[in-house]
Formats: sequence, C-alpha cells, structure tokens
Amino acid sequence: MHTVTLPRLGTFEVWRDAARALAAAGTPPEQCSWQMEGAAASLFDTPDAPLPPAKRSVNVPKAFPQLAKQLCASRAAGAFDLAYRLLVRLSDAPRLLSNRADPDVAQAEALAKNIRRDMHKMKAFVRFRDVTPEGANRRQFLSWFEPDHRIEQLIGGFFMRRFGDMDWVIVTPEITTRFEGGKLSFEAVESARLDLSDETEELWKTYYANIFNPARLKIKAMQSEMPKKYWKNLPEATLIPGLIAQAEAKVAAMQEAAPTLPPIRAGRVLDRLHTESGDIDADLQGCARCPLAGPATQAVPGEGPMDARLMIVGEQPGDQEDLAGRPFVGPAGQLFDQIAGEAGLDRHAAYVTNAVKHFKYTVRGKRRIHQNPNADEVSHCRWWLDREIAQVQPVMLVALGATAALALTGNGKNITARRGRVEKGLAGLPVFITVHPSAVLRQPDETSRKALRGALHADLAEVSKMMAQVAVASG
Amino acid sequence: MAKLTLQEKLALLSDAAKYDASCASSGTSKRSSADGKGLGSTEGSGICHAYAPDGRCISLLKILMTNFCIYDCAYCINRVSSNVERARFSVEEVVHLTTEFYRRNYIEGLFLSSGIIRSPDDTMADMVRIARELRQVHHFRGYIHLKTIPDADPALIEEAGMLADRLSMNIELPTDAGIKTYAPEKSPEGIRQAMSNVRLRKEELKKPTHTGRKAPKFAPAGQSTQLIVGADGANDRTILQSSTRLYASYKLKRVYYSAFSPIPDSTAALPLIKPPLMREHRLYQADWLLRFYGFEAGEIAPEQGAGMLDLEVDPKLAWALANRHVFPVDINRASRDMLLRVPGFGTKSVSRILAARRNGALGYGDLRRIGALVNKAKPFIIARDWQPGSMTDAANLRARFAPPAEQLQLI
Repeated sequence: MHTVTLPRLGTFEVWRDAARALAAAGTPPEQCSWQMEGAAASLFDTPDAPLPPAKRSVNVPKAFPQLAKQLCASRAAGAFDLAYRLLVRLSDAPRLLSNRADPDVAQAEALAKNIRRDMHKMKAFVRFRDVTPEGANRRQFLSWFEPDHRIEQLIGGFFMRRFGDMDWVIVTPEITTRFEGGKLSFEAVESARLDLSDETEELWKTYYANIFNPARLKIKAMQSEMPKKYWKNLPEATLIPGLIAQAEAKVAAMQEAAPTLPPIRAGRVLDRLHTESGDIDADLQGCARCPLAGPATQAVPGEGPMDARLMIVGEQPGDQEDLAGRPFVGPAGQLFDQIAGEAGLDRHAAYVTNAVKHFKYTVRGKRRIHQNPNADEVSHCRWWLDREIAQVQPVMLVALGATAALALTGNGKNITARRGRVEKGLAGLPVFITVHPSAVLRQPDETSRKALRGALHADLAEVSKMMAQVAVASG
Repeated sequence: MAKLTLQEKLALLSDAAKYDASCASSGTSKRSSADGKGLGSTEGSGICHAYAPDGRCISLLKILMTNFCIYDCAYCINRVSSNVERARFSVEEVVHLTTEFYRRNYIEGLFLSSGIIRSPDDTMADMVRIARELRQVHHFRGYIHLKTIPDADPALIEEAGMLADRLSMNIELPTDAGIKTYAPEKSPEGIRQAMSNVRLRKEELKKPTHTGRKAPKFAPAGQSTQLIVGADGANDRTILQSSTRLYASYKLKRVYYSAFSPIPDSTAALPLIKPPLMREHRLYQADWLLRFYGFEAGEIAPEQGAGMLDLEVDPKLAWALANRHVFPVDINRASRDMLLRVPGFGTKSVSRILAARRNGALGYGDLRRIGALVNKAKPFIIARDWQPGSMTDAANLRARFAPPAEQLQLI
C-alpha cells in the first residue's frame, strides 16, 4: 500500500507528481491511499514511502488536468482516489471522459460541478470592506469568507484579475490570500471569523431594499441561489426578513391607492412635446394601410434626383434594404447596379423605388425569408408609388419583375413573354417591362443564370438607348 | 424642495429601475485589470452577487440617471403624469456608486437607464458622459449596460456602443397598436430603426479594416429588449411572434419578458393585477425553445385556440403531448434535432447522449447519470433496456405531469 500525504497549499501539484509516478509504475488504484496533511493520523503513521521508479510514460487528454485540479480541491471522501482511478483508466480508454454514462466519470463530474459552484459562489459573495489606513497610496480591502471546499488557490487569480489596482486580503478558516503591491500570495494559517463592516454598506443596503419588487415575492428562488449559510457574511442579508414581512402590505397599499391627478407640470410638458412633432416624412413611416408595417423595420422610400427622367421600380425592400432604410442596397440591388453599369445605364441619374415600401418576410430559424407581396398589398401601396411618380414626373418607368409590372400596368403575369417591350402604364406613362435582378440570383444553374442575366443586360441597354433618344428629342 | 442626499436619491432611482428585468453581465469580451492600472474584469460568465426576495439576481447596479421624464407611458412609474418623487444623479455620483460598490464586490458593473429629460439627445449625451468618465478617467473594466434612447442622434448611440458592453432599447408592448395606445410618445418604427442601426454598426465593425487591424468592439455583449406581459391584451402567440422577428431582424441577444406588476401611483388606464409570474416563466421557456431547440413560434403557440401557453405544463412537454405520433424516440439512433424535442432533455444532456452513445447503446441508468430528467422523458423514449409500451399514448399521460387540480376559491 502506497500512502501519499498531500499538503493544504499546492495540493494538486503534489497529487499530480505522485499520481504520475504511481501510474507510470503501474500501481493499481487499490494499492494507493491519499490523505491530507494534518488529517486524523492513522494508527501506524509512517512517513510516505518513496515513489516507485517509472516504467512507462503517462499521457492524459487535455480535459483531465482541469478535472483533477477540481477534484483535488474537493472535501468529498474519496475524491483523490477517484481522480487517480480515472488517471489509470485513461491509459486504456483515452476517450473515457467523453462518456458521461460511465459511473466514475459521472461521479467525478458531479464532484467537479460542486467545486465550480463553490467557486462561483465565492466570486459572488465575498464582500470587501475598506480598511485603507490614512496616507496609503493604494486602497486596502479585507474580507472574510467560508468556502465549502479547498478552493482558495483555484480562485485567487480571479480576484487578482478583477481588483488589480488595490490591495486586498481574503481570510478563510484555513488560508489567507493576500494581494499586495501587485503580488499574490497564500498562507496556510487558521483564522477565526472576522466581523467586518464599512460605511458604504448602508448605501448597498439601500439599493438592495429598493431594487426588490414586493409584488413578485419568490423566496424559494432566492434561497436556492443564495443559501442561508452565506447570509451571516452578507451585509444585505439582514434586511431579508423585514422585506418579506412588509411585501404584501406594500403591494396592497399600491393597489388600494386611488389614481392621483397628474401634476400641473405634466400638461405643459406634453403640450410642448405634441406640438413639436408632426413632420412630413413621418407620413410614410406611419403608414398602416396594410399589415406589413408592423413586422418590417421601416418604410423604405425611393431615392434619386427629384427631376429624374427615368424611374426604376423594383418589387419591395429586402432584408438589407429594410435594415438600412435605403432601396437597392442588398444583393439584388448590387447586381442591378453592376448590370446597369455594363449596359451603359446611369443608375444614379434615375430615381429608384419599390412597388411596395415595406419588407414582407417570414422567419425561418434565425433568418428572414423574403415573401412576395400580394395584390392587396401592392394596391394599397400604389398610393405612395403614385405620389412619387407625381413628384418626380419621369418620362419613362422601368418595371423590374412581376410585382412592379402589376403596380404600374395592372397586370403582373407573363413577364418572360412581355419583357423587353414598352407598355402603356396606368398613369399613362410608358412602362418598360423587364425581369427583376433577384430572379437572376435565384436561377438554379449557371446556364440559366447566364441567360437571364443576358436578357436583363439587353433590356437595360435598350432602356439606355431609348433614354438617349428622349434626351435628343427634348433637346 | 430640500436637496436630497445620495442615499435618498439612490432609494428613488433604484426603485424606479426595478421594472427592467435584465441583469445579465455575461457574454462580453474578456477584460482584466491584472496590469494594475484599472479596476474590474469580465470573464465570459456573469455573476449574480446577491438575490432579492423576489428571486431576481442582482448583478449590476441598476439605476436611472433621473426619473424625470417628458413621456407619458401608462405602464411606467416615471411617466410625466405620475406624482412619484423625482431625483437626478450627477455624473460624479453615479461614478462614485459604481466604483465603490464594485470595489466591495457587490456588483459586476452598471446598468444605466433614464427618463427622458429635455430631449432624447440631451439625455443620451449625459448617459454617454457617465460611461466615458467610468472607462476613460477611472479605467473601469467591469460591465456597462446602457439603455439607449431610440430617437437620439446616431452619433451618440455609436459612442455609447464603443463604451458599453450591451445596449438595449425596450419595446415594452408587443404590438405597434399597443405602443400607440399606452406609450403615445414612443415610435415603434423609431425603435426598430435604432435596433437595426446597432446591428448594422456591429456587423460593420466586425469586418477587419483594410490595414488588417481589428476594429474596436461595438457593444460586444450585443443588444436586448424587454416586453411587458399582461399590461395590454396581446396573447402569447403575438408575443412570441414578436420575439421571433426581433431575434431574426436585429440579432438580439435576449428578449426579456416582464410580468406587469403594480406600480406606485398607477394610472387608471391599466389593471393593477397580480403579476402573471407563471405566464412570464412559460414565455421564457418558450423563448429558449425558439433559440436553442429548433422550435418555431407557431409550433409552441399554435394558430388555433386562444394563443396562450399552457400554464400547467412547460411548453416543450405541451408540444410533446400534442404531437405523440413522433414519439417514442430511440435515444440510441435519433438525430440531435429530434433528441432536442424530448421533454426532460436539455441541450447539455443531448450533447452528452450523442458523445456517450459512441461507446455503446445507452440504457435507462446511463441517462440518469448523464443528467437527463428521466422521469419526464420516459414516456417519450426508447433506450437499450426501456420501452414505454402504451405509456406514450395513454390518455392520462398529461395528468402525470400537470399539478393536481386545485379547488377554486369562492370569492
């Protein structure tokens, strides 16, 4: 039987070196015994035998050292043995740790979880008190805490990273951790509970009492996260019984109080506020002619010179247009710009807009999927399109795709057959019909994509030619 | 009016802030003051430093800069027409409270909100000044959550995003019609536009610059919002559809649900009911199903019916009870997507099942060790040594899970 005695500070490191040597020598777990220094000594207390010579190397998966570190901090009986047993078993089954159904792994993970919880609670419930002496150049703070397990060394770094510009001491019953002048140190020394307080605690208690909502009493939820054993070292915990006792009365008082008259100030403030608003672009933003407004971010108005001769009408804003509030900025808009440029059509000389001003979509998973607007929505939104046409007074309109054709000519069918030609629009203006650039993007294969892109290119070149003739004719 | 002390102001301005449910301090970029030149750290997971008797975590110093407000939102304690006592913190006072609380390990950081004073721009500018002072003068590296005022100048929101870990804008009411009725000064389009600006700005700064240098992080813990439950008539389906759209449209980190609870000096426009805490809880469960379990809003709160979640059983169990034809699921063969739909299996259990079953077929006891809630799962699964038999389709299956019927109280 090999007995290894582990020190209170550096427990893990000593365990690790011994376990490595024992495992390398092929010592079975039943022949090892682990004990903490100063623990009740056995009857035949003998100094630990020297560690055996290694017979082979010991390799462990990446996750094991962390797990073993946490197990070595545990006060649960058998934690060291369990850690060693896992180490030995890992040599035959390197993937053992991923099998949570294995009883050893499940038990080790359960113990490690307790350690992590204990650490988490220590991060949460340590309370520092200001003990800075006069004239000191760094603030000094002191705390008393009682962790369940031997976690002081595992957690020192957290407080060091957090409170880098001050000196602090955390005293626990067995270990005193100091951070002084930027240096972290641990000392194994027994201490009795420190009874501490500081002025700022009154402010903290004020905050605690007022952030509590008496209408939502959930005492069990509080206690499962902040068990009573911690209360004696938390300044705010003294308030808990009183807050609970008064909660019901407070809520009843709120419910019974009759509504009061608003202060005189309120009328003045609201009057001023309501007269200040009422600008013009808000008309379109406030549009509720169809149900698309609620789900969309915003109405996306057209864009371009207000005296443009050409107006290009797309379908509706897409995902990107909806977010940015500008038309033709998404993938289809970019493709359109590219093809228009190649076809010699100056896109920026034209006014670009959409037949429908709000983005219609359904959500699939975490993405918004475009949906075609229906005839109703197109017809409701034509009011805005007509207003734009009346303002810009273009010579010709280009309808990109079925929705735009529907809005401008009253007929959205058979775009493939109708494209490349001018039709008479509802407003009496000539409407040039072509496909929507997003149709190019949606083509299933390279060949059909190329073909449709070519068609759009030819159509836009034709539009460009027609516009040049218009320019000549109007001199 | 006598000058209020810091303690009196703190009492008023934390009381006014408690209706904001969010207290998250997790998921931001990693920072530390180990260099000795600053105060604070953030390491991924949030820490709740205390719990109030309402069961809510206290992680941040959650206060209003001021509770003066020019808006008149019916559900809000700070609306202009309320007679609640008013106060205002100075920049120095907020900085003092934040750093002194932080040094004593009471908090993870600051959650600063505010009533709207003078104008949205003025209010936002003052809030940004507090964050700037904390970061630049006091080298505060803890967590900062700033409530953003939707109508404020985008340049101010931009600066807020460079200083804060999280930005949030509360929609409060799940429908535009609700906002128009109860918060007439707020603009739902304005809030959505501001959220989409935050999303676009965040994505823009994620791309590396042309010099290859990493751009500074913009609101690394993302943006969030809150919906009040039970103040207006919106049902759970409407609320969940709203959330679905918000998550998809603006990549929100979280939508918080806050059961409407009585406020001091309330308006006659709203019912002072007991806050519907169970409804709120079910909405959070449903929200999790949307985000991590592959459910769609329409599956959890179907079109037919009143559109409310079942209060007696959780939404996943309710879905399983209504869709028994897809069960039982063989835990040794089923896909991740299907395992995620089994009541009693969380995302962690599912990952562990997938990893563990590579070592051999799993039995009932294995599931227990893995940490799954086997009692809940057993009617819906097949394991190596377990068949649910007629349990899956039993007429009384729901009764196994639903709490026993209570006798109604006569009023």
